[in-house]
Amino acid sequence: MVQISVMVDGVRHEDDVEPRLLLVHYLRDRLGKTGTPIGCDTSNCGTCTVLLDGSSVKSCTVLAAQADGAAITTIQGLANDGQWHPVQQAFHECHALQCGYCTPGMILASVDLLSRNPDPSDEQIREGLEGNLCRCTGYHNIVEAVRTAGTAMRAGSDGGSATTGVPEGVSA
Amino acid sequence: MTEVADRPAAAVGQPMLRKEDARLVTGQTTWTDNIQLPGMLYCAILRSPMAHARIARVDVSAAKERPGVVAAFSGADLADSWSTLPTAWIVSADMKSPPHLPLATDKARYVGDGVALVVATDRYAAADALDAIEVDYDPLPAVVDMTAAQQDGSTLVHDDVPDNRCFTYREDWGDHEATKQGDVLTLSRRYINQRLIPNAMEPRSVVATVTPATGEVTVWSATQVPHFVRIFLALNTGWPEQKIRVIAPDVGGGFGSKLEVYAEEIIVPVLARRLGRPVKWTESRSEGYLATIHGRDLIQDVEMTVTRDGVVKGLKVDLTVDMGAYLQLLTPCIPLLGRYMYPGIYKFVAHTLTCQGIFTNKTPTDAYRGAGRPEATFVIERVMDDAAAELGMDPIEFRRRNWITNSEFPYTTIAGLEYDSGNYEAATERALALLEYDKLRTEQAERRQRGDTVQIGIGTSTYTEMCGLAPSRWLGETGYAAGGWEAATIRVLPTGRAEVVVGTSPHGQSHATTFAQLASDELGIPFDDIDVIYGDTLTAPIGLDTYGSRSLAVCGVAIQKAAQRVVEKARQVAAHLLEADPGDMEFEAGAFRVRGAPESQKSIQELAFAAFAAHSMPEGVEPVLSADAIHDPDVFSIPHGTHLCAAEVDTETGAVKLRSYVAVDDVGVVVNPVIVDGQVHGGVAQGVAQALYEEAVYDDDGNLVSGTMVDYLVPAAPDLPPWTLDRTVTPSTTNSLGVKGVGETGTIASTPAVVNAVIDAVRHLGVTDIRMPCSPERVWRAIKDARGATTGGAA
Repeated sequence: MVQISVMVDGVRHEDDVEPRLLLVHYLRDRLGKTGTPIGCDTSNCGTCTVLLDGSSVKSCTVLAAQADGAAITTIQGLANDGQWHPVQQAFHECHALQCGYCTPGMILASVDLLSRNPDPSDEQIREGLEGNLCRCTGYHNIVEAVRTAGTAMRAGSDGGSATTGVPEGVSA
Repeated sequence: MTEVADRPAAAVGQPMLRKEDARLVTGQTTWTDNIQLPGMLYCAILRSPMAHARIARVDVSAAKERPGVVAAFSGADLADSWSTLPTAWIVSADMKSPPHLPLATDKARYVGDGVALVVATDRYAAADALDAIEVDYDPLPAVVDMTAAQQDGSTLVHDDVPDNRCFTYREDWGDHEATKQGDVLTLSRRYINQRLIPNAMEPRSVVATVTPATGEVTVWSATQVPHFVRIFLALNTGWPEQKIRVIAPDVGGGFGSKLEVYAEEIIVPVLARRLGRPVKWTESRSEGYLATIHGRDLIQDVEMTVTRDGVVKGLKVDLTVDMGAYLQLLTPCIPLLGRYMYPGIYKFVAHTLTCQGIFTNKTPTDAYRGAGRPEATFVIERVMDDAAAELGMDPIEFRRRNWITNSEFPYTTIAGLEYDSGNYEAATERALALLEYDKLRTEQAERRQRGDTVQIGIGTSTYTEMCGLAPSRWLGETGYAAGGWEAATIRVLPTGRAEVVVGTSPHGQSHATTFAQLASDELGIPFDDIDVIYGDTLTAPIGLDTYGSRSLAVCGVAIQKAAQRVVEKARQVAAHLLEADPGDMEFEAGAFRVRGAPESQKSIQELAFAAFAAHSMPEGVEPVLSADAIHDPDVFSIPHGTHLCAAEVDTETGAVKLRSYVAVDDVGVVVNPVIVDGQVHGGVAQGVAQALYEEAVYDDDGNLVSGTMVDYLVPAAPDLPPWTLDRTVTPSTTNSLGVKGVGETGTIASTPAVVNAVIDAVRHLGVTDIRMPCSPERVWRAIKDARGATTGGAA
């Protein structure tokens, strides 16, 4: 067993875990954070994407033990005091989800993408989301949602909001 | 007066934002794998690594000793707990439906066939313990190729199914052979509609719990068809149906792959009952590639006759279809769901369709988005392009000469199906304009003239389909076990809000939103005050679930009927309370007024409370403002459209890039344009994926080579272009909403549009066909082979 201490959606968890336990299983089965679903076993689909210290990771390719000391944001911790993140809002408004299974990963990958490139072209959005598969939408409205969210976030940050900019926890 | 201000705007036709989204974008979801119950155990299934083998011995004793393991069973251990899995469609008198037990006992018949299982206290322990199960397999030759499977001396997948032939089917409309007489062109083509893996993003998962004292069983399953699962679980196990509750919670896509009654939907409840504890099973993606149905997999031989001036005459299509190792719920009927669609929108005078289903040692095939109709559309739209090329005609002009014109509706095709409505001219004109067809043809000519490395091609698909499954009478005549009606209940609650209970069970189709829009307009109750209940046989007990683009065209009409019954009941109550004649009541925007005395009115919300309190009801009217309705359609719904694709093909690398894709669909009246567009987007993407990217590949030993998501190319965002959509609206004349299905149109239409575009780009180089998926290698080889042929063999 490995002792870990992780911050998940703002709450500190101290746990003993098997060394082989995947972060996604720790989140889902141990913490009950079932908003993060699993879509494959080969790290292709991206549905289990979370933010680890501000950067998107596929939580099926991270061991829970590796997350020791990290701050994790899942889809359940993205809203702020009940206020949806602009990417969540844009996915809703642009009909960028149908069954919704890929949506948590798609939203968190988009948050990461926009934090690194606040004004991406459509091509950059498509390339940036290459690691996240969707079977329902044909990606059209997802691209539109990311573009829409980017516009909203840039407008917000012009007004002094700190929603965009340098990702937290990324060092050179 | 406030009557105008109070009137809700019509919801139908508006791009209402989805009610479903709030939970889905915040992770407050109820996927089956999320469910945790006290004392819950995890099941893992050992699957055959061999395509065909006699199971000589299974020993689970060592697995039982592993940490955390509660039980382990072989197929033989549980054989008395269940019976064969169902096949609900008997397509012919000669159809063979071999036994198919949830776990194999005598032979394993495909890689992935379940042979034993373990149940443990957590998912890791269960997976670990599979390694401790000992199985002795006596390998048998694997039957992999459908053609070889029929030859004398082939190994048999099932000993009592000669030639591995599951069924044969033939239907003749007119005399196809007679159309060959005279000066006609006869085209013969063989198209291969490859095997596909549906890839719903949510893997399958089943949870079951049992109350031993009462025998009540609750099953949660990632299924499209909770009502089917309930019935077949009862039939399979002999358990009383009324004690079984099946819940489809949030379901992450299906595309036909969850239109099933799977082994695990029997296994998990049986284990829960046997062990007296809740049990969960969730497939891994790679496991699902073996154990969840595949789609398509046909050889399509087609012969078409056409006059030299471009008038189609006869169409003969011979299908050979890979069933896989067993029949699943609908396996044999899937190719035949396209049985009337092979003539497409064209006026053939003769048509013959034959079909044979063949068993092989592979994962069973079954419904995949479109189910039979993409297969038919692929043939007719490919051969129309090929014929146009042979005749030296523009493919659009060739279609115009042969399609049913707008003035000819309703039109009964050679295959005996009546198309109620359509406007192929309008859809095509719009699509041509959006694509800038003439400009692209000019550019194409210039590139050919210059001998550019990158050539462009334009592909056409003027498709139609039959959907809205289905008239029960038709289903019965074709050998299906059940009906195709759909049910709705509307309850206006004492506080004036409404519940709409429906029998269809969505997995991304936006029922909560679309159905609330319909009910809102009918009842005059605000959209926000209406919720839709589905996906649970306890709370929505009557229904036939979601597939075949049926939810709006069938269930939507049931909702409308139920709402109208609610309104009529409310009218009686209103007239009674206002001391007026029911015939003098006017209903508008949720309020009843006495004609000529508009100040005398009752809102539907007030009437709901009055009917709930029931202190003063009219004679013969029962309390509570609610109504039920069931709608059984008389006929199918027949959407159509024109899809055009412009593809760039790099003749040196074979790489294909879609420059633009235009879809102009006619799905009749549209309830929510954004949701309809979304359905088309996703459908087109899946059809393009078949054309360019996806194929389930087996080796000669029956191993699934494309066995993980690494090896099977589900397209990602950079692999697909934006879609340009538009619509024409020709209301259906066969249902009261004027709606047609939309869920499958994109997939049905797009595959031939893309392949036609790829071939059009290189046809001048001598290429006439490229097998799907049109990967760079295949395109490159086709060009190389054609050049070799035209230059006497030089590479």
